[in-house]
Amino acid sequence: MITIDGASQTFRGRSGPVEALKDISLTVGAGEFMAVIGRSGCGKSTLLRLIGGLLKPTGGRIAIAGDRVVTPRRDVAFVFQRPALLPWRTVEDNVLLPVEIFKWRRPQHRERAWQLLEMTGLGTFAKRLPHELSGGMQQRVSLCRALIQNPKVMLMDEPFSALDALTREELAVELQRIHSELGTTIVFVTHSIQEAVLLADRVTVLSARPGRINKIVDVDIPRPRSFGLNAHLDQVAVASAELHQLLLTEQHLPTPPTD
Amino acid sequence: MTDFSSGTRLARVWTNAGLPVLGVVIAVTLWWSLTVFLRIDPFYVPSPADVVESFLRTPRFLLQETWITSQRVLVGFCIAVAGGLTIAVVLAASRTVERMAMPILAAVNAIPKVALAPLLLVWMGFGDPPKIVMVVLVSFFPVVVSTMAGLSSTPADLHELARSLSASWWQTFVKVRLTWALPQVFVGLKVATPLAIIGAVIGEVVNPDHGLGSVIAGSGASNDTPLAFAALALLAAIGVLFFYVMAGIERLLVPWARAISS
Repeated sequence: MITIDGASQTFRGRSGPVEALKDISLTVGAGEFMAVIGRSGCGKSTLLRLIGGLLKPTGGRIAIAGDRVVTPRRDVAFVFQRPALLPWRTVEDNVLLPVEIFKWRRPQHRERAWQLLEMTGLGTFAKRLPHELSGGMQQRVSLCRALIQNPKVMLMDEPFSALDALTREELAVELQRIHSELGTTIVFVTHSIQEAVLLADRVTVLSARPGRINKIVDVDIPRPRSFGLNAHLDQVAVASAELHQLLLTEQHLPTPPTD
Repeated sequence: MTDFSSGTRLARVWTNAGLPVLGVVIAVTLWWSLTVFLRIDPFYVPSPADVVESFLRTPRFLLQETWITSQRVLVGFCIAVAGGLTIAVVLAASRTVERMAMPILAAVNAIPKVALAPLLLVWMGFGDPPKIVMVVLVSFFPVVVSTMAGLSSTPADLHELARSLSASWWQTFVKVRLTWALPQVFVGLKVATPLAIIGAVIGEVVNPDHGLGSVIAGSGASNDTPLAFAALALLAAIGVLFFYVMAGIERLLVPWARAISS
């Protein structure tokens, strides 16, 4: 579904060029859930913006469903770290914003909007304004707004990182359910190993400055997965440990005394 | 969220209406007692009673003049708002135009408008037009500045969202930026309302024919200080009325602004 072929991104900073990403090659299959994990400043978000067509790569090539990405596409939806809802629009109207902008027919999609709100447990909140909702509910609205585009690909940029720990886990489990129901291809940027292990089929580990692919880790834990006690605790532990190892390499550990 | 029992409703009426009225009563009492205890000559500072008496001598005439001034304020203010919004939108749409126009706008704003009043007399003679032009000149700049500030205050994540949806410039402008700017626009409008009244009075004092400014100019010539005070009180009343009307429109149009700023 997504093919990234040697993509690089160099920003022109004040003190010369800054290499954010270098020579990233990656394919994400249709319906796959790919997590991208890395320390802050390793270019995770830049990668997502490249895939979404918000940024033009300074090198390499990115294609979705065989077409080269040059501008944002309607079948690619973003979910950002913050909900980015319009405070004067009701929940329902916020979800319908892409429909209006695409000049699709509103009445047809209204029903779909209600279905999505129902699916994310917001059925009774359709007529409320965003500020009446909790942070987790607001992020659910922004998820619905992404899903109304009927996207082939969903690009999620640390979507749960601004939420409290329990809400974060709740939404992660919910996202897993939505993913298995709709089969959307998802690229999910996160800095949480736990989230990555819960959600992803594969985890791309980026190294920092410039961002390069350190390793791609397969997570072969059967679904549905959960944070609670389950039959695969040992596999979860192994996957988490491997990711920890990759993210916290020796150079970050204090050197033992040599005497 | 909050349950409004009868007790809290009473408390709200008290804070919204009771306290402002109480403030006015205290201020008038203070004024009155100062004039009585310090035995101030009414020629310098008349007591509230003198002012009311002066008003009651010619109530119809004064209300008529109030109406004339109000009309000039309203017409001028509407022109200023329409013009100010249009200019702000044009400036927000094009960086080139903004760069070119900004020094001129700042220069025009820096000119003391009183200094223009004699010129307006030369250009337009007597009657309404020079006064209305003065209102426009005085009140339009805050509208421009606040609208421009509002239009450039759109949060980055909303811009990003619009871009990810390939929204056109116009769609982004109408659906996101303009509404987002409204709270700031109203800040400008509330600054501009009293300025509009000041503009009308400047026009009328410098070039008197009708209106409360002309009454004040005339009362100076006839040493009738209580009459001047009566006119001032009426001007203040217009100011308060306009301000609250503006605040009411704001609450109607942008009810969400209070919720997200608190």
